[in-house]
Amino acid sequence: MLKLSLVSYRYAGTNRLALRDINLELADGEVVGVVGANEAGKTTLCLVASGLAPRSIGGTLGGSVLIDGHATADLQMHELAALVGICFQNPYTQLSQVADTVFEEVAFGAMNLGLDRAEVIRRVNEALAAIGIAELGERDPRRLSGGQMQLVAVAGLLAMRPRHLVLDEPVAQLDPEGRALVADALRRLAAAGTGLLIAEHDTDLLVGLCSRVVVIDNGSIAEVGSADEVLVDPRLEKWGVEPPARVRLARAVAAAGMTAELP
Amino acid sequence: MILGGVFWPLVIVGLLVLLPAAASRVLPQLLRFAVLFSLPIAISALLVNLFFYPGAQTVIFRLGPITATAEGLSFAIEILCRIAAISGAVTLFYLTTKPSELVLDLERRGVPARLAFVANASVQTVPAMAERAQVIVAAQRARGLNTEGSVWRRIRGIVPIVGPVMLGSIAEVEERSMTLESRGFTHPGRRDLLWSPPDALWQRLLRWLLVVGLVGVTIAHFVGWL
Repeated sequence: MLKLSLVSYRYAGTNRLALRDINLELADGEVVGVVGANEAGKTTLCLVASGLAPRSIGGTLGGSVLIDGHATADLQMHELAALVGICFQNPYTQLSQVADTVFEEVAFGAMNLGLDRAEVIRRVNEALAAIGIAELGERDPRRLSGGQMQLVAVAGLLAMRPRHLVLDEPVAQLDPEGRALVADALRRLAAAGTGLLIAEHDTDLLVGLCSRVVVIDNGSIAEVGSADEVLVDPRLEKWGVEPPARVRLARAVAAAGMTAELP
Repeated sequence: MILGGVFWPLVIVGLLVLLPAAASRVLPQLLRFAVLFSLPIAISALLVNLFFYPGAQTVIFRLGPITATAEGLSFAIEILCRIAAISGAVTLFYLTTKPSELVLDLERRGVPARLAFVANASVQTVPAMAERAQVIVAAQRARGLNTEGSVWRRIRGIVPIVGPVMLGSIAEVEERSMTLESRGFTHPGRRDLLWSPPDALWQRLLRWLLVVGLVGVTIAHFVGWL
């Protein structure tokens, strides 16, 4: 379980709290969406939840972040890497840049954990199959589309077998096809029992994927509840979040004085 | 007389650079790259030695106040031969060795993973930055930047291209370093590598033969046989 208790965080060199009194739990196999306007604190929450803040980027952390009962502050980065993975929005920066094939790229993290070669190969094959990109194994990762690169990045994290994955706007820079590829992959991961914390502007991605959704506003949790409740909340737009397409369509239909049954 | 001192060096360059390049089917590229890289220094070495070799007596021709000498030409050819050997060997290495395989092999031989990564990433960054620069050049041209024409205009055009290339790369560094950390890059100890570059018995023998040959040539040079 990933547990944040009364977490606050301030970036180095600033006086403003980027996160305030955050309480959040992510159980094994649970999928939680995080939505909010730009600068609301979604990325900061991802960095804190993955242990990268403050360990890697500095700053001041208040409260506690526990991963499977261990405080992130007490763990080395490579120990954290085995427990929680993080995927950023820019697929290009996710690549190691030193692998000539997708297979080697996906193996990079697992190799770093000190696993023996047979175990690495087994994990890479499983990760590629789980994400549905086994056919890309021999391709040069730097020559893939953005969506495929992002899938490779997720597969690379998966090969490290973290109990939890934190994804910071994983489809933000992708075209519709890339979004669909990543969404399918995340659904498969969730079905396989990986806990997912997904910060995302695209609420359509969260529909049917998340069990809970958290709304972040100005560094604090403004609302948390089941995805079915939060994603239809009329206050979403006030928080700078665009509701899913089906919700907007239903409202447009209702505003026009018509009724429609949406799937 | 002029080529007498460089006969064996030329044979060695032919045997150890040109022949392997031909066998690797990179001879045309090798000649092109090696000539391009060494041309400026080769021209200056030729001119300086041909016309200004100290103490030379045998005049070939005069060009106003300066004199071309046979001793200078002979020494210039020796220098050119050395330049050809160096640029040829470096170019052959570049054309026939994948950086990733080289670094992998270095790591297999005990070079720390971090050092190997830095070396590999540095080499791999060059084409990535070139690609980024092409995109930025296209974007800046679309916004009216003129990078063609006079030298001054070209120089002025560099600034709005270099800035975004460098700043973009720097901006990516933090995210890239966090990605590496989250992928266990700081894990202590050695990594079990996925594969090793092929290294046949004849390749190992040839490498040892080259080492023995190097030692032999060095000794031969100092005792006056070469």
